[in-house]
Amino acid sequence: MIPPAQLRTQAEALAAPLPALLAQAEHLAASVLPGAHGRRRAGTGDEFWQYRQATTSDWGARIDWRRSGRADVHFVRETEWQAAQAITLWVDHSQAMQFSGHKTRPPKAERARLLALALAVLLLKAGERVGLAPDLPPRSGRAQLDPLALVLGTPPLSPADYGTPPASALPAHSQAVFLSDFLGDPGIVQEVVGRAADRGVRGALVQVLDPVEEDFPYQGRSIFESMAGGLRHETLRANDLQMRYRARLAERRDMLANLARLTGWQVLTHHTEQPPTAALMWLWHALDGAGGHRK
Amino acid sequence: MTFGPLGFASPALLAALVALPLLWWLLRAVPPAPVIRRFPGVALLIGLRDETTETDKTPWWLLLLRALAVAALIFGFAGPVLNPQAAREGSGPLLIALDASWASARDWPRRIGRVQEVLAEAQRAGRPVAVVALTDPPPGETPLRSADYWVERVPSLTPAPYTPSGDALQGWLAELPAQLETYWLSDGLDHDYRAAVLDALQTRGPVTVFETSRPVMALAPPQLREGVIDIAAHRPAGLPEQEIEITATGRDPAGVERLLARGTALFEAGDTRAALELTLQPELRNRITRFQIAGERSAGAVALTDDALQRRKVALLTGREGREGLDLLSPFFYLRQALEPVAELIESPSVDDLLLTAPDVLILVDIAQLGEVESAQILDFVNDGGLLLRFAGPRLAASDIARAEEDPLLPVRLRIGGRTVGGAMSWGAPRSLREFAPDSPFAGLQIPAEVTISAQVLAQPDPTLAERSIATLADGTPLVTRKFSGAGQVVLVHTTANAEWSTLPLSGLFVEMLERMAVSTRPAAPTAELLMSAQWQPDRALDGFGQVLDASARPAIAGTRLAEGRFGPDLPPGVYRSAIGAIALNIGIEEMVLTPAIWPASVVVERDAVAQERDLTALFLTFGLGALLMDILAALWLSGRLRGATAILALVTLGLAGQPAPLQAQADDRLALQATNSVVLAHVLTGDGRVDDMARAGLLGLSRVLYARTSIEPATPIAVDLERDELTFFPFLYWPITENTPIPSDAAYAKLNLYLRGGGMILFDTRDAELAGLTRTTPEARRLQAIARPLDIPPLEPVPEDHILTRTFYLLQEFPGRHTGRDVWVEAAPADAERAEGMPFRNLNDGVTPVIIGGHDWASAWAVDEAGRPLVRLGMGMSGEQQREMAYRFGVNLITHVLTGNYKSDQVHVPALLERLGQ
Repeated sequence: MIPPAQLRTQAEALAAPLPALLAQAEHLAASVLPGAHGRRRAGTGDEFWQYRQATTSDWGARIDWRRSGRADVHFVRETEWQAAQAITLWVDHSQAMQFSGHKTRPPKAERARLLALALAVLLLKAGERVGLAPDLPPRSGRAQLDPLALVLGTPPLSPADYGTPPASALPAHSQAVFLSDFLGDPGIVQEVVGRAADRGVRGALVQVLDPVEEDFPYQGRSIFESMAGGLRHETLRANDLQMRYRARLAERRDMLANLARLTGWQVLTHHTEQPPTAALMWLWHALDGAGGHRK
Repeated sequence: MTFGPLGFASPALLAALVALPLLWWLLRAVPPAPVIRRFPGVALLIGLRDETTETDKTPWWLLLLRALAVAALIFGFAGPVLNPQAAREGSGPLLIALDASWASARDWPRRIGRVQEVLAEAQRAGRPVAVVALTDPPPGETPLRSADYWVERVPSLTPAPYTPSGDALQGWLAELPAQLETYWLSDGLDHDYRAAVLDALQTRGPVTVFETSRPVMALAPPQLREGVIDIAAHRPAGLPEQEIEITATGRDPAGVERLLARGTALFEAGDTRAALELTLQPELRNRITRFQIAGERSAGAVALTDDALQRRKVALLTGREGREGLDLLSPFFYLRQALEPVAELIESPSVDDLLLTAPDVLILVDIAQLGEVESAQILDFVNDGGLLLRFAGPRLAASDIARAEEDPLLPVRLRIGGRTVGGAMSWGAPRSLREFAPDSPFAGLQIPAEVTISAQVLAQPDPTLAERSIATLADGTPLVTRKFSGAGQVVLVHTTANAEWSTLPLSGLFVEMLERMAVSTRPAAPTAELLMSAQWQPDRALDGFGQVLDASARPAIAGTRLAEGRFGPDLPPGVYRSAIGAIALNIGIEEMVLTPAIWPASVVVERDAVAQERDLTALFLTFGLGALLMDILAALWLSGRLRGATAILALVTLGLAGQPAPLQAQADDRLALQATNSVVLAHVLTGDGRVDDMARAGLLGLSRVLYARTSIEPATPIAVDLERDELTFFPFLYWPITENTPIPSDAAYAKLNLYLRGGGMILFDTRDAELAGLTRTTPEARRLQAIARPLDIPPLEPVPEDHILTRTFYLLQEFPGRHTGRDVWVEAAPADAERAEGMPFRNLNDGVTPVIIGGHDWASAWAVDEAGRPLVRLGMGMSGEQQREMAYRFGVNLITHVLTGNYKSDQVHVPALLERLGQ
């Protein structure tokens, strides 16, 4: 049995990141102006959409008497259709995401979790159903925020070097957001996104990178190791590799862009040195555009 | 194996230097160690090939550094030795003999160092060794022991203040083992035993001699000739021109040994003698206890002085003088004038008293008859070596003493009546003096023309008269006669000691003659007979280095041993005393010849000109390791990981570079400036931070009150460290005493006493008045007693009602601080202080009381913070504030008293002044 003092310490340690992350995420979410998120057509919902002349098929109770009183015909008040969307988030918890190129910058994973939670806050506020792959099925309401924050605050550390997006568990015609560095096997990403697109799932890929990974500022004889130590590469002159590394990174980014073009997804590369707001804004609108009614 | 001055203990290791080019090549070929980096982007790198297989090269300077480091290590391990000394390759027992005489004291550390080197060699070779100081040869068989044994004992060897004795050495040589190699550290002088010992040693094995090149010097004892001190230094012949400084040391009036005079003497090139003439005041001359060649540490370079330079003790029998006031007619006036500056003059009408003081000279002026007992006493005095100097006069002339037969206390028989020449009632002109004969003690004195004799007592012609007269008039009649009696002498001046009979006392010649006679009471060089006549008690003795040691605990030495004159363990050079007086036995003598030792060709002579052997292993290894450390830093820097290391390095450099000393000096100057620019109250640091802070705050408060209420405008108070700071700048010191206040050092006490004598004032505050009222004594009071004991504090009394402190600014009767009651102590008024007419107070002591002692914790009452708010609460409500006000008033009175002294007590004179003004 764990002594109470120890239990409390552990519990506090466990709880510590939660409010911070949540508060940070809510703060971040508050900075994004929640725009209209309706279906741009009449349906069930709270927002006013239009008045139209009542037809015979209309139920008498639906007639808006106040509007009808000002004219000779009867009007029906229609509200905008605000069907809640299911949005599944996936945050890469792999070892590679724990990397930070400088002590002033947060690890990539932290940034990814922050973005995910902030997005979740926004979406939940807008009444969407938000889930976290692979464990949390999409649900709506603020009650969903707590489990989300719990999972994102204390992420299950995966021992793998690189994360793979969940192949299943994406409900059809839902939306998905994958936050990862996408430095792992590109085939898996292609396959998962392709299969999701087949099921009508749309979404966004956010590639979170550290500036160091972009610039490759290394010199001299070096051995590069992946974060979990699974991969090694030794070079005698790291500076010679810089250009070729950058080329490969660009190649990887092209692959993602291509994949997105083909599947109708959207791609963003986010650097941990940048403020998270821009990325969150972009995500918000990306989801809005992708899942919403297109004019 | 040697290269120039560099030798190696294990030169084989140097072969490793061949590996250096190999190392160079290896370092060029092998890439630097890879840096392991965690990098998620490695997935993108997989499969990328290096375009060139050539690695980053190690920079050339790093290579050079590494090569140097390795080279230094190789050299270091090869055992480099600078100026290696040829090793003694012999085996078997080794005898290390030292002359260990006074002449080897001048560079004794070098000799001991050489012995250690030879011992170290013997230790390596495992040879048995005997170390023998020839001045102190071991009795019986010479012990041969391992070098380890001697290594510990050699540093305690000291040179003796004498030279080895040939007889003792003969006995020692007889007991020496048959086979010996000898290493002889000679003192560089030729001694009579030298040849014999060398022969004996050479029959036993090879002899190597070590000599240093510094010349031996010796100082002959000073001679006093006509008031001038002649002192000469000797050295061996054949040396270049050299200037030496000779210093005279003695006690000053306070009894502290100090340098009294100095002068330089010059050895011309090749000369063996350098003389110095010193003209000193007799007063100063008497104080000199020794002369010394500056910078020369040896018993030979010290010449102790004895009575020959001392001031004479002259006893004057004053008789019963009836007349008064006629000083110029007094027969003693001229004697006093002449003798007071040069001699210790004792005057008494009682012969008894005079002789008790053991004078050197007894002067009788115009005394004819002495009592029987007195005569006998004086005769004894003369026979014991005293000088009886008599002057004639009317009474002597009128008496019939020494008419028929010679009086033991007069050198000659006298004729009745004497004679008068050149007087108003007589024929002829006053006679002048004849040139002094060469054998006379006055020989050489200039006779001024104005010295004339108009009356004298006449000696009866006798066979001995001619040899007894030491000064005569132009017509040949004796003027001064002398006879020896026992060890002393009796001198009669046939005229008066005043100007009645002659003009001699008016001239300088009188003084010179007196000086000659007084000084020549005892010959400077004691004769053998004189020496043999007594037992001599050593007073001071010299050690080999020329240090003067107190020798009064040594047994007395028979005069015969002294007369024999050879210094030895039983007779060190020094000052010896007996009833006759003190004599100084010095190593140096006037006719000294210092002959350098001459060694036969069969002896190897080492000189110390060869540089000292120096082991460089540590130097090379340190350099090598240092270079390796540099290499680490350089490698870190190259790989861009130096940030932390730089910080550490910077810290270390900073720590090393921190030099607090100049700051201190600067601080002292600042203190002086700060303290002298304006009046500053100061408190003594007690070491207790709380007390010091309170004292400072208290003085700050007092300073502000003074500034506001009086024309005293003190600057910010200063804390004074007794051990470090100069006190003379401060008129006033506040010294809170705690139980743990440290006792000041002697230097600090000296400063404090100087401060108190110079008019400074210290306010001692034990801060315990409330406790002291309950108990008899407090820890603070005991501490204060301990601290104040060595201070120069006059008798104290509680502040009397009419003390100046009660009225310098405010009229006060109490001196409260944080506590009230209990007495405050100040310097006691003189016992004869009296209340002046019509004044309410006594005319008290002049000047400022040097200390005020109390326990009222004034600082707390005065203390304010920077904003001027009181720091400590006093009493209750208004009465507390009133107490604080009274405390401030005491402070104002105190500082006014410190700064203005007793001027308030001058008010006793106000009525008189007013009266005078009214006129």
